[in-house]
Amino acid sequence: MRVRFWGTRGSIPVSLTWRDMRDRLVRALVLAAPHHLDSAEKAQGFIAKHFEFSLSHTFGGHSACVELEPAVHGKEGADAGPYFVCDMGSGARAFGEHVLARQAGRPATVNVFMSHVHWDHIMGFPFFRPAYRPEYRLRIHGCHEELEHAFRRQQDPPSFPVPFSALGAAIEFVRLAPGETHEIDGLKVTPMLQLHSGDSYGYRFEGGGRSVVYTTDSEHKLEEAGESEKYAFFFRDADLVIFDAMYSLADAISVKADWGHSSNVIGVELCQLAGAKRLALFHHEPANDDQALARILEETRRLEELTREGEPLEIIAAYDGLEIEL
Amino acid sequence: MDLTSRTAGDVLVLAPAGRLDHESVDAFRAAVQHRLDGAFAAGQAVLFDLSALEYVSSAGLRCFMLAAKQANAQNGRVAVAAARPVVAEILEISRFNMVFRVYPAMQEALAALSPEPAAAPPGRG
Repeated sequence: MRVRFWGTRGSIPVSLTWRDMRDRLVRALVLAAPHHLDSAEKAQGFIAKHFEFSLSHTFGGHSACVELEPAVHGKEGADAGPYFVCDMGSGARAFGEHVLARQAGRPATVNVFMSHVHWDHIMGFPFFRPAYRPEYRLRIHGCHEELEHAFRRQQDPPSFPVPFSALGAAIEFVRLAPGETHEIDGLKVTPMLQLHSGDSYGYRFEGGGRSVVYTTDSEHKLEEAGESEKYAFFFRDADLVIFDAMYSLADAISVKADWGHSSNVIGVELCQLAGAKRLALFHHEPANDDQALARILEETRRLEELTREGEPLEIIAAYDGLEIEL
Repeated sequence: MDLTSRTAGDVLVLAPAGRLDHESVDAFRAAVQHRLDGAFAAGQAVLFDLSALEYVSSAGLRCFMLAAKQANAQNGRVAVAAARPVVAEILEISRFNMVFRVYPAMQEALAALSPEPAAAPPGRG
């Protein structure tokens, strides 16, 4: 199973400013000055060896959109797809371009799984170009009663100029029952109710001997004795847990309690309890720049070391454009 | 885990020992609660002596946060001190040091929590 992160930011998209870019260029030029980098190859090698992540990369700023490509799928050409994607945040625009390029006019089905319908999770849909093309079939899965209404409403005036009825794709909304496992185009999909304003749902995907849990916009109150065990069962032995780590633990349980999000610390604890193999920090706080996110990643890895009792848990921080092969 | 308590001047010192995790947190919370009620009602500050605490989970940290909330509501004061290196790192990673009074040593914490000494009476010449 391959996982592609098209949008990883929480709440609202962000981007680097010109000042951010200039500051990076200054740091890079100063670092490189003594090294006579007179070819692209030398420069690439120097960057790989000497630049920290927050200088050579950016975590990016698109809101939530994560593609899963089961191993049995993903062939190039006519057999590509069906596609699986979690949430339609602003990252869905680039995901749509990827689908169009790969299909090159051939028909395909795109299975969408919605955690919930807050704006940052649906805002990319009006710019998801396969929705405008008749050769596509979109099946938008979710557990919320208002799922279809939310998608239709954001296309209506005065919010957007193209009404939902003008979309060319065959679009179907599929209500899933939480707690039940559904077979969808070869994947087993199990939604679970989470704590968030208006409710959200996590998804456990299983197929080809691999499992991925997508759990965003989920607050953990730490009040009920069985809460950790419930989530640990949902995450059990997962190859990858994509986890809402928006806030520090201190903020999540004090000044930002009831805001509907979680922290890196709780992600580590639940994944360790569950025996998960890899934790991807996700739904990054928009106020955190690349250096802050890189620091949080290092601290989370240190926490995992400090608290490890069994097999190591690999910690990564998701970023726009990251691909993981499980 | 064990919890002992002692008084140092006007400060109630609570000292948890062992691991404060999801298995022990309910018992810890219950053991702490009535001591907090009594201390704040009596105008005492509360200091958690973490020198014997080996590990604290998110649920354990939440107990300290609840104690701080209760202190705010009852016009009380609460702090933690003397954490071992592992626990000190957890406090830092979780950013508790940003929202909670954390002291490296007991002496410093006790001095900070103790009431200001009364001003000396004016001399008689």
